[in-house]
Amino acid sequence: MRKILMGVAALALAAAAGTAQAQTKNVTIAVSIPAADHGWTGGVVYHAERAAKLLQASHPGLKIIVKTSPDGASQANALEDLTAQKIDALVTLPHNSDELTDPLRQVKKKGVFVTVVDRALSDPTIQDLYVAGNNPEVGRVAGQYLKDNLKTGDIVVIRGLPIVIDEERQKGFDAGIAGSGIKILDRQFGNWSRDDAFKVMQDYLTKHKKIDAVWCQDDDMAVGVLEAISQAKRTDIKMVIGGAGMKEMIKRVADGDKMIPVNVLYPPAMVATALELTVANFYDKVPVRGKYILDATLITKENAAEYYFPDSPF
Amino acid sequence: MTENATSVTPAKGGLSQRLADIDMAAVAPFIALAALFVLGALVNDNFLSASNLLNVMTRSSFIAIIAVGATFVITAGGLDLSVGSLSALCAGIMILFLNSAAIDSSLLLIMAAMAIAVAVGGLGGLVNGTVTVVGRIEPFIVTLGTMAIFRSVTTYLADGGSIAVKSQQVRALLRPIYTESFIGLPIPVWIIIAVGLIAAFLLHKTAFGRHVTAVGSNEDVARYSGIHVGRVRALTYVIQGVCVAVAVIVYVPRLGAATATTGILWELQAITAVVIGGTALRGGVGRISGSICGAFMLEIVGNIMVLSSLVSEYLIGAVQGTIIVIAMLVQKSLMRRS
Repeated sequence: MRKILMGVAALALAAAAGTAQAQTKNVTIAVSIPAADHGWTGGVVYHAERAAKLLQASHPGLKIIVKTSPDGASQANALEDLTAQKIDALVTLPHNSDELTDPLRQVKKKGVFVTVVDRALSDPTIQDLYVAGNNPEVGRVAGQYLKDNLKTGDIVVIRGLPIVIDEERQKGFDAGIAGSGIKILDRQFGNWSRDDAFKVMQDYLTKHKKIDAVWCQDDDMAVGVLEAISQAKRTDIKMVIGGAGMKEMIKRVADGDKMIPVNVLYPPAMVATALELTVANFYDKVPVRGKYILDATLITKENAAEYYFPDSPF
Repeated sequence: MTENATSVTPAKGGLSQRLADIDMAAVAPFIALAALFVLGALVNDNFLSASNLLNVMTRSSFIAIIAVGATFVITAGGLDLSVGSLSALCAGIMILFLNSAAIDSSLLLIMAAMAIAVAVGGLGGLVNGTVTVVGRIEPFIVTLGTMAIFRSVTTYLADGGSIAVKSQQVRALLRPIYTESFIGLPIPVWIIIAVGLIAAFLLHKTAFGRHVTAVGSNEDVARYSGIHVGRVRALTYVIQGVCVAVAVIVYVPRLGAATATTGILWELQAITAVVIGGTALRGGVGRISGSICGAFMLEIVGNIMVLSSLVSEYLIGAVQGTIIVIAMLVQKSLMRRS
């Protein structure tokens, strides 16, 4: 039934594209995102390019320029270059909110429709549309799962880097486990890196004789954690909860791996959501201005297939 | 231990005095290490357990092996900032070759992949060395450039993601290189020992080693003495590249993947290890054992931080920095007193 509905939707879209073709409308959209400096941003680049290809195919006259930048300063330069090419809209995932708020204000002044993804600007009046995942929820959903399933026990936490996103996830997690018998033995930064998470986990295993579960904020770090546990041959750890939706972890959830029972979604594909909505604003006259916050969905064995992208780098 | 080529034989002062001088400089890093052991033992009872110390020693192997190579480069008066990126590139190409399954036998495939890693590392070093010597450009700039090149080529090969060993069979064959032990010591530790012994022989017992030291202490004097300064310099970068490849051969078995964070800041850690170990950053004095000890100290500081519950996770960097500076001060004062 669902397949049929989707088919009907696709036909309707094709029809809409057909009418658009009759009155070809030229729209140029620029996409400015960070270069792939870790797994998740790699996923952002993949999904931005994938969505750009699909949308350009279904909307004749639409031109999407995807530009990646290695740091905040070069992203500010890229924004100037992109604006100089006379764009109608900009979809951007800023490296750093504080640094890029002013450059984006300049873009907005030229009359460009601005869509901000993931990282909120210091001045929210600049953006027309804001699409983001829910960081406090990423923590809370993981905490809630441990509260419901582990109920009581000793856990360790590996945080990312000391930035806002990390703080929000941590606070959400603390709220999630509040009122349960779960005690956090330790929390340290793993810098969202597999290697650093491996080291921290190895030291946790030396320090604590009994650990019931591990929460690490991101799936890249979960890879290092799992390796450290298997090398130490420790059997006391019942589960490792990561987050973000890396394909290898989704696969393990789908396969029913006991160590990775669930994952919490913080999808890099949100950049595709932002692009779709921005295009809809120009071609379909659909009202899109406002905030669009994606759920931090709990991925379980049952729904894992929906979130599995085998071709994505993340 | 071969001493600084510029050091003049003291006119006065007995032979015993001179011996004490040499020993103290070489032993100082190990005294600083012992001080860290005391600190660690005070912080956590498990610190001195064999499993913890072996974990830390194994973890320090990448930086230790790279630092051995860096000792040659720095002793000859050079600098290599590209080692972290080159590690990522070597690891990436090694894994891509493993995934290609070009050879049917897994064992032969792994050995070929290792040979390829060494070739890539050696070539990367050769590029650094040749451009520095032939182009007469500061090694700081050359290797800063290649650092960016190696890193972005790796990202390109990885298609923006990570490169992981696909075959579970190959992965299972590789893993023991990092996890297994031989006569009580983990294999990576044996590799450190082997690399260290070969390097110490090369630096202290051969003509090439003496040339490296001579070039680093005074290039003009070395040239007038008939040493091919350019060739010696370039070779130190090749040695560095090969050491990077050996480190990668130990690194890849651990997590079986090269990611965007692989090798990040390894260049700084390697240089720090070399300097903590008593090699002069301006060149002319090289100490292989010191560099390995330095790499171990860096890893131990991190280990102590996680094992202690005294410091807020936000302040760990500050405490680590302080410990390293204090360790250096202890070392210097010991060397001065002798």
